[in-house]
Amino acid sequence: MVEFEIDGQKVQAQEGWTVLETARKYGIHIPTLCYHEAVKPSGACRLCVVELREGDWSKVVISCMYPVAEGLKVFTDSERVKNVRRWILEMLLAECPASEEIRQLAAQYGVTSTRFAIHDPDQDCILCGLCVRVCAEVVGANAISTVGRGVHKQIGAPYLEPGSDCVACGSCVTVCPTGAMRRRLDAVRGKPKVELAR
Amino acid sequence: MSPQESKLIDIDEIIDSYPGRPEYLIFLLQDIQAAFNYISPEALALVCDHTGVPLSRAYSVATFYKSFSLEPRGEHEIKVCDGTACHLRRSELLVEHLERRLGVPAGGTTKDLRLTLDTISCPGCCASSPVVMLDEDYYPKFTTRQLDELLKDLEAD
Amino acid sequence: MAKASNAARPEPQRLNSVEELATLRQELLDSKDPNQAEIVVCYGTGCLASGARQVEAALKKALKAADMDVKVRPLIKTTGCRGFCSQGPLVVIQPEGIFYQKVSPQDAEDIVQALAQDAGPVQRLLYRDPKTGETIPHEKDIPFYKLQERLVLRRIGSIDPTDIYDTIAAGGYQALAKALTSMEPEQVVAEVEKSGLRGRGGAGFPTGRKWRGALKAIEKKGRPVYVVCNGDEGDPGAFMDCMVMEGDPHAVLEGMILGAYALGAEQGYLYVRAEYPVAIEHLSIAIEQARSLGLLGENILGSGFSFDVRINRGAGAFVCGESTALFTSIEGKAGEPRPKYVRSVEEGLWGRPTVLNNVETWANVPLIIENGGDWYAGIGVPHSTGTKVFSLVGKVNNVGLVEVPMGVPLGHIVEEIGGGVPGGKPFKAVQTGGPSGGCIPYELKDTPVDFDSLKAAGSMMGSGGMIVMDERDCVVDVARYFLRFLEEESCGKCIPCRLGLTRMREILDDFSRGKGSQKDLEDLESLAQAIKDGALCALGGSAPNPLLATLRYFRDEYLAHIEGHKCPAGVCKDLITYRIDPDKCTGCTSCARMCPQGAISGEKKKPHAIDESACIRCGICLETCEFGAVEVF
Repeated sequence: MVEFEIDGQKVQAQEGWTVLETARKYGIHIPTLCYHEAVKPSGACRLCVVELREGDWSKVVISCMYPVAEGLKVFTDSERVKNVRRWILEMLLAECPASEEIRQLAAQYGVTSTRFAIHDPDQDCILCGLCVRVCAEVVGANAISTVGRGVHKQIGAPYLEPGSDCVACGSCVTVCPTGAMRRRLDAVRGKPKVELAR
Repeated sequence: MSPQESKLIDIDEIIDSYPGRPEYLIFLLQDIQAAFNYISPEALALVCDHTGVPLSRAYSVATFYKSFSLEPRGEHEIKVCDGTACHLRRSELLVEHLERRLGVPAGGTTKDLRLTLDTISCPGCCASSPVVMLDEDYYPKFTTRQLDELLKDLEAD
Repeated sequence: MAKASNAARPEPQRLNSVEELATLRQELLDSKDPNQAEIVVCYGTGCLASGARQVEAALKKALKAADMDVKVRPLIKTTGCRGFCSQGPLVVIQPEGIFYQKVSPQDAEDIVQALAQDAGPVQRLLYRDPKTGETIPHEKDIPFYKLQERLVLRRIGSIDPTDIYDTIAAGGYQALAKALTSMEPEQVVAEVEKSGLRGRGGAGFPTGRKWRGALKAIEKKGRPVYVVCNGDEGDPGAFMDCMVMEGDPHAVLEGMILGAYALGAEQGYLYVRAEYPVAIEHLSIAIEQARSLGLLGENILGSGFSFDVRINRGAGAFVCGESTALFTSIEGKAGEPRPKYVRSVEEGLWGRPTVLNNVETWANVPLIIENGGDWYAGIGVPHSTGTKVFSLVGKVNNVGLVEVPMGVPLGHIVEEIGGGVPGGKPFKAVQTGGPSGGCIPYELKDTPVDFDSLKAAGSMMGSGGMIVMDERDCVVDVARYFLRFLEEESCGKCIPCRLGLTRMREILDDFSRGKGSQKDLEDLESLAQAIKDGALCALGGSAPNPLLATLRYFRDEYLAHIEGHKCPAGVCKDLITYRIDPDKCTGCTSCARMCPQGAISGEKKKPHAIDESACIRCGICLETCEFGAVEVF
């Protein structure tokens, strides 16, 4: 058993747990987008940041991957944490204006407008990669991947064409935190193997 | 090696020169890029078969690294250094000039597949900034006027 | 051997003991005629770019043509970078050490004749001290070299990097011999700890502590353990590691072999940036040669210790210089970093204990083992020991590679070794640490160049790029440049980096157009903090640094852009105008002919004028005008 504190509350965790897992067990809310129990965490969205403090020392880490340790002092809503979250959400509002889920989440944290220019009003994907991970780790189909790098990155099947590796299981749609995969399914899935009767 | 010569290279020979394991994916893509000037869908599929890497992952890798190209690159490559020292000597103006002259953005290839325009971040000859490279040759302290001459020579070639 | 080297050499024979290495070295030294002249041509990238290849060819031709006795005929040798790149192509005549600069193929004849007739150096090719106006014939007396302490670079420029025998004769692999005969692996680690060596790749983590950490991890998890060399030097304007790998590849190899011996590693990896084909070639040759002599591979020097190295070429991704991305890339995947909550000495390459050090760090290791940790700790300053190699570039007279003890004042490097800014004005700032670093303004030129002082001044050591800026360089433009660079190089995995860098750059774009407010400056600082705290890896986490450092020292220049709508340095296109001074214009028409917009008009032999509304500020007229008539406001 590992004992530590989250927001001043004493908590206990199993060796090998993450801070996020512990927080969830105690009903302490930490927002996430790219986290899902079904797959390994990747630390892409950074929304689950928390601050660790020890005397004068302080550090911001992501709770979904930070391993618990005896005596940690974790703060889930400090000024530094709020600053990171606020800017991420404000940037996402401009990046994914078509996602109702993002709008709602941002509003929960008091972010209702963005100072940034909107480049693509139809965009709704935050490129968190959950769909890619579930397709590889759980389904084993490896039908989709990230394509390109950095600002040019997108999600798709090879050559951005519908491919035959997709088994049309819908897992990517299920885990997608913004509803983006719903619209993209036809860009990923090749022709269904059996024509469905209408 | 020119693309003409490279056609004679047997892709199977390249592929068989590495063990069939995922860690050799990048080695294979590099050798294929060097031999054929790009990575064709057929070549990528062969690499996947050999290494056991799913196509989606190989495609992801091939589009992640800048030295890989999924479309044929130009016969010649003109690169303007955009390292910090060259930037301070306004290498940007050389890139813009070439973009205007060639009608392609940096990273692009002319329609006739003669020339690919690209930037490079510091090959390590900052004393000669701004530096332009045509294939493997360096052109130190270059100007737009010299660029025009270089392009003219290339056209006449 | 893989490549014909400069001198004819015997077929390699495997060395089966440290004694055989010593015998070989003695034979090599004995066979060398100390009076044999050598014409040494620098083949560093800087000299190659200015024509060293042609110079070498001309020298060979001239030598062939000269009627010289075979016995006195000098040898021609090509070496790695001698460092004084701005004076290239460089040729040095050994054993005297006569230093010829800016040599052209036409000079070859005279150089060879001077040697043949024993007529003393060719005067016009000698270095002239800009301060005294006197010529300085010998390399060692030139201030640029005299003021340096070249330890890591000690062999570069004198050995043929493609010839292991040359390296061995110059003392290569002596540290390995010492370790194998008189040191337990644990003592090697202890010696590196004692030396105080800190990682030369950027962060400055103590190397000995890293190795000790790996030993602890091995206790827990067992072997294999891997040693890896980070040769993915990517900072634009930094080329130290490139020149070390090209000029003395065996130094890097020997360091890695020593590290492997200390940790009990059997496999090592060298990850080298794609843009460095010569470094890759020289390292490949070095590995081949070291293997054939039994210095690498199975049962090294008959000691029972086995270790081998593989080269992984980078494929064009700056982010792969980040440790976890580098491991991912070696594993054959897209180089995306992962959080480092478990350190790589415990869980690195293939999830195994791994020691990753940068090229220059590895090259320091043989020095430490040969001379002792205490000796090394005596160089530099207490918390930054040893020397550091810098690539000194930008608006400075002596562009090149310099090595100085840690703790030397910044101004000394720029003004004394570097010879100051062309034109004699003080520098404006020196950018250190590349896209992750910051800048030090002229007022702080006494700042000692060591890890902690640079950090305290809001910059960082980084890998060793030192870019001198003068009054014609705009800090907003430089901050924008680094952000754009990183934006293009971001792997795109985490949101703060992928979106944040673009958004910061967009705000700076506005500034460069004269648009912005105090609130924008405050937003920028707050967003920068969010990115520093929130980004996954050091690429994103340190990306705001150039911006924050320039804001700290040059806030007024930012305000001049957004409030005064002026770019004081005359760089930001939307805030400048080009004009032709009618008094200086001779009406030669060259600018009008070159202008891509047709924006310049005027009659022949009469002053021309620029139509501001059509001008795109491409700068071609300024570059074209031979009379200095084009001005920027």
